[in-house]
Amino acid sequence: MGDWQAFPDASGHFGRFGGRFVPEALMAALDELTESYDRARTDEAFTAELDDLLATYAGRPTPLTDARRLTERIGGARILLKREDLAHTGSHKINNVLGQCLLTRRMGKSRVIAETGAGQHGVATATACALLGLECVVYMGEEDTRRQALNVARMRLLGAEVIPVTSGSRTLKDAINEALRDWVATVDRTHYCIGSVMGPHPFPMMVRDFQRVIGVEARAQVLERIGRLPDAVVACVGGGSNAMGIFHPFIPDDGVALIGCEAGGDGVATGRHAAAIAGGSAGVLHGMRTYLLQDDDGQTQVSHSISAGLDYPGIGPEHSLLHETGRASYRVVDDAAAMEALALVARTEGILVAIESAHAFAGAFGVARELGPEATVLVNCSGRGDKDVDTAARWFDLLDPEAGGEPAPGEDAPARG
Amino acid sequence: MHSRLDACFAAAREEGRSLLVGYLPAGYPTVDGAIAAMRAMVEAGVDVVEVGLPYSDPTMDGPVIQDAADAALRGGVTTRDVLRTVEAVATTGAPTVVMTYWNPIDRYGPARFAVDLAAAGGAGTITPDLPPEEAGPWLAASAEHGLDSVFLVAPSSSDERIRRVAGIARGFVYAASLMGVTGARAEVGEQAASLVERVRAATTLPVAVGLGVSTAAQAAQVAGFADGVIVGSALVRVLLDAERRGLGEAAALDGIRALAADLAAGVRAAVPASA
Repeated sequence: MGDWQAFPDASGHFGRFGGRFVPEALMAALDELTESYDRARTDEAFTAELDDLLATYAGRPTPLTDARRLTERIGGARILLKREDLAHTGSHKINNVLGQCLLTRRMGKSRVIAETGAGQHGVATATACALLGLECVVYMGEEDTRRQALNVARMRLLGAEVIPVTSGSRTLKDAINEALRDWVATVDRTHYCIGSVMGPHPFPMMVRDFQRVIGVEARAQVLERIGRLPDAVVACVGGGSNAMGIFHPFIPDDGVALIGCEAGGDGVATGRHAAAIAGGSAGVLHGMRTYLLQDDDGQTQVSHSISAGLDYPGIGPEHSLLHETGRASYRVVDDAAAMEALALVARTEGILVAIESAHAFAGAFGVARELGPEATVLVNCSGRGDKDVDTAARWFDLLDPEAGGEPAPGEDAPARG
Repeated sequence: MHSRLDACFAAAREEGRSLLVGYLPAGYPTVDGAIAAMRAMVEAGVDVVEVGLPYSDPTMDGPVIQDAADAALRGGVTTRDVLRTVEAVATTGAPTVVMTYWNPIDRYGPARFAVDLAAAGGAGTITPDLPPEEAGPWLAASAEHGLDSVFLVAPSSSDERIRRVAGIARGFVYAASLMGVTGARAEVGEQAASLVERVRAATTLPVAVGLGVSTAAQAAQVAGFADGVIVGSALVRVLLDAERRGLGEAAALDGIRALAADLAAGVRAAVPASA
């Protein structure tokens, strides 16, 4: 596929994927955003302000950690971790929102809306809005507001309005629907800060560009640490922004395998999963052509994952292209494997990772064993797991009943830990 | 070549009036119930029927149409059922178009959908999230089977966008009266009249106005400057209310007839647009 900088093309396509499938009412805003971003990306004042915020506010560069005990325990390739969990607000999401919120200000808009699943993007957006003095409204599926209650409180502390979405399946995809409905009515003063490499052009490109800093840093850090490039880069994929961010600078490096880990939920065979590539087909959702979970009539199917942040029936269009061209490969990690990885990383490295990121670790363990001890695997540790303590405690039955925990499920529950 | 929509607009123009477009989703309250409601609104004076294809992610629709579409999907409505609905409604003689988000047609296969829609007697489609940039294959399939393809413009559309949309539209241009989703509003957006004027500068196609029109008075107002008046949520609400209040089908159909007749009287009592 030659020149990867050529994607997307001028009309926002990544091969046959991407594009802009939105109501005409939003076209003017997308054109405005495309032009503003185009000017900003080459404007030294903009890039200097963003770089300064990333360094002095978000805590970049994030470190590269040698996961020695984990490497020993897995018994395969050397495992290096890109520590996005150490970025401000606890995940890579801050990279994108600082860029988009600066852009919002440049466009003369005063209000930012966002969707959120796990709450990490919502928290990051609320944070950037507080910092830059912008009004912030976050749409979150009602089901997610329950399983990520801590993040709802965080957003409200940061001054954001959190609106629980009760339409459709009450999860991330419906939060996106509601944000799009808000946007079409308020577009003259509102920017929709999409949290992943998805949606209509220019979002998949712009969010990727703001997240590329992960891969740019990691590539240089790995070179410095081991004197060569890694053999594989592994990341979890819901919409796919942390994966696109760490993959993109490595795309021209033919010897580096790029591996995305989709959320397998109860297993692809059960139909209860969120693996758009492994279990889906090409179609149109949320303004883009991409792989998605749909039935024979093109109705979106509800996704399932223990990870709210990966619980999305689609995937960013550039991932669909990377999959079809074979430049990246995608594996499925189910709930049980992800939770097992979460526990292992906690006990061997003292890092409590987000359940989203735990999917990347579970996938990386397999890759590390396949490649063997001479190889090096770079894992994107995209977020920290504080928000998931309640979910993990229930999964591993760590709560004392008298301390307020729900009783453990009965014998019919899947094997845990 | 004159399509059924062309003929319908021409006939209304000869009567010196705008025409009335009524929207209801297929499959609500049931497939047959929706067919009966659509036939009832034609009897009461609706000139063109929009058969909505219920979709899981209707980002352009407000709560009323979302609720009905959700209920229809829970009831198991399929794309095949939508085509069967078109077939049953088209026999009334009213041009019948399918209003759908793009993915269901994409999944069905655009060429196959065009064949089956034409065979069902459909007059064309309205595709609100299919932009001109992506419409090539659908335009070709529609043209091959004599189907009109209606596209939307919005108050935010630049004159250049309006020219582009109007250039590929067939049948009529759908002008969204306001920036927002479907649903009744207290007043028709004041941007509607100026948008219609901008569309007329770009095309000789008829222009119909939708979004937010729910009463006879609003229909009369819009008929003063547009060739067509599109009403959706207000009609859907009649069916939703009938279901919620436990009224029978006969009462629901009476409600549809009453509102449709009221709206039809409205378009015939057009208030000339103030200069």
